[in-house]
Amino acid sequence: MQSLDNETPAISDAPLCVQDLTVAYHRKPVLWDVGFEIPRGSLVGIIGPNGAGKSTLLKAIMGIVPLASGRVQIFGKPYRKSRESVGYVPQKESVDWDFPVTVLDVVTMGLYKKIGWCRPVGVKHRTLALQALESVGIADLANRQISELSGGQQQRTFLARALVQDANLYLMDEPFAAVDAATENAIISMLRTMKANGRTTLVIHHDLQTVPAYFDHVILLNMRVVADGPVEKVFNEDNLNKTYGGRLTLLDEVSEAMRRRERSL
Amino acid sequence: MNSFNWQLDGWIILTAAVCAVACSLVGNFLVLRRMSMLGDAITHAVLPGLAVAFVVTESRSSFPMFVGAAVVGLCTAFFTEWIRTSGRVDEGASLGVVFTTLFALGLVLIVHWIDRVDLDANCVLYGSIELTPLETVQILSFHVPRAFLILSIVLGLNTLAIVCFYKELKLASFDSGLASSVGFSPAIIHYALMTLVAITAVASFESVGSVLVVAMMVVPPATAFLLTRRLSQMLIVSALIASLSGIFGHLSAIAIPSWFGFRSTSTAGMMAVTAGLLFMLAAMFAPRGGIVIRMWHQILLGLHILADDIVALLYRVEEKQARTESEAHWIREVLLCNRLAFMAVKRWLLLRGELSIEGNKLSLTEQGHLRAQNLVRSHRLWEQYLLDEVGLDPSRIHPQAEKMEHYTDKSLRQKLHQAIDNQEVDPHGSPIPVERSKIHKD
Repeated sequence: MQSLDNETPAISDAPLCVQDLTVAYHRKPVLWDVGFEIPRGSLVGIIGPNGAGKSTLLKAIMGIVPLASGRVQIFGKPYRKSRESVGYVPQKESVDWDFPVTVLDVVTMGLYKKIGWCRPVGVKHRTLALQALESVGIADLANRQISELSGGQQQRTFLARALVQDANLYLMDEPFAAVDAATENAIISMLRTMKANGRTTLVIHHDLQTVPAYFDHVILLNMRVVADGPVEKVFNEDNLNKTYGGRLTLLDEVSEAMRRRERSL
Repeated sequence: MNSFNWQLDGWIILTAAVCAVACSLVGNFLVLRRMSMLGDAITHAVLPGLAVAFVVTESRSSFPMFVGAAVVGLCTAFFTEWIRTSGRVDEGASLGVVFTTLFALGLVLIVHWIDRVDLDANCVLYGSIELTPLETVQILSFHVPRAFLILSIVLGLNTLAIVCFYKELKLASFDSGLASSVGFSPAIIHYALMTLVAITAVASFESVGSVLVVAMMVVPPATAFLLTRRLSQMLIVSALIASLSGIFGHLSAIAIPSWFGFRSTSTAGMMAVTAGLLFMLAAMFAPRGGIVIRMWHQILLGLHILADDIVALLYRVEEKQARTESEAHWIREVLLCNRLAFMAVKRWLLLRGELSIEGNKLSLTEQGHLRAQNLVRSHRLWEQYLLDEVGLDPSRIHPQAEKMEHYTDKSLRQKLHQAIDNQEVDPHGSPIPVERSKIHKD
């Protein structure tokens, strides 16, 4: 628990600093006292079992789910004031891929914030979106309806949308889930390019085998931060056992007890 | 159609069309957000709003009634969302709870105040678009039906809102996660949309009834969804379908019953029927996924496969027995195919110059050879691959390869060839023919 050792300062200008974050759904806590800090320009993996609260953590960082307590700072500012510097890649399954929009439409959505309320999408924005599609290798699909895409192409579309956001901190929810090998390689090389350009990326990841190869920092999460830090220091069997092992079920039990008590009152 | 009266029926058609378009515009977003039945809920739930507004203001003047109804309509959306997020029930169930409760409350209030309330619940459900031209207001020197005026304002409001907030609505409907992460609050957009739906529903059901409001909010957008690939097109097509329903709905309400010697029927009803028919047409003939179009593709595919089989058979005969010609009816017997399909495919292959005919004997042309050779190559590559790489039972490889060969193109053949380490013979000992590319004519 490195982040708790070095007592995060009240104001840090790190790309992402999370302190004492607790999130509850219907009073049932899903994240307890989560705290960590991410160094600038790092490629960070979040790993943990199903139900560990990984997606919830990303949503809590962006204020999409309310915090029961704690705070989040992005480049030293609260999320509301630093929206422009954050790019979000939701899970592929979170959207309806039969929606009547083209690939290019989806990518331009990454620019909506910059365009601002009520203003239309211009040629300039479409050009930017097309460039992003080129850099993920699917410019030829720009005018296809999204229902015609394969899983890998869907993920590339989402990544192109993240690229046009031109953010400094990216939060990605399982970009490697259910993609083909070629897409996986394309994504990781894109993440490395972004890192080389000084961008910081936080990626929820499932495949433990590729963690040492893909990431330089890792956060092991299971309702709380089991460990976080450089991969070579914290990505070891001991910590993995703590993350995926049985001991944490006690936390589960207490939150279940809290929920039951809440109901019986 | 001798009973058609330009003045009267003209206004009815205009009112119906304006109402239908106004409903369908907001309906697009309901359909895309999978909350199509919200329009239904709102039109039923507004009843207590009407009753309370009437009792409070002691008048039937439309503005307080409108406000009362719109407020209750918005409450419906709000309660539904609240029950959905705080209780553990899905959208449909919470909607059902809210609108039935409110509708029942409205009925109770009306019955309770029955002496004082000149409100008819039937009127709410079925509306009376045929009566709208009777109640007019004067604008400059024109007498315009009141309903038409109100609905035009609502249509204008909806159009304006959608044009202004087009990309916000699109983003919040498609990906609310991204919308909220970049600061376009999906909650604000949701309730703004619900306000529009409530206003539209309240303004419309007075003249056309709540059943038609639901029909127009759901059916034209659902039809447009089948026909289009982009949101902007979907909006335009749904508006077009809605206005067609308005026009043909009223015309058929006048005309169709008279063919059977009855007097005209309900315009609102016929509008919903027209929209339903248009939806069925779209479901059958939509370019993507339409039932008839899919069947047509199936037939074409079947004929294509038969053509493949014919040329491959001729190729194999030539290879094994060194016989270049085969009798047409012998081919048909071997392939066990329908005479009509065989005739059609034979004709087609002759036209394409892949077969030539002499008497009733068919043979492959140079062009036909090319097609057949690549097909047989695909077949044998697949057999080898299925045996070596997939580990399929040798008795199963032929039928599988027989299917796959029709869907295998040059690049796939190359990959297969690499995967089986460039072997040149198939599991049955037949040589795998070499790849042939297009014939260059001199």
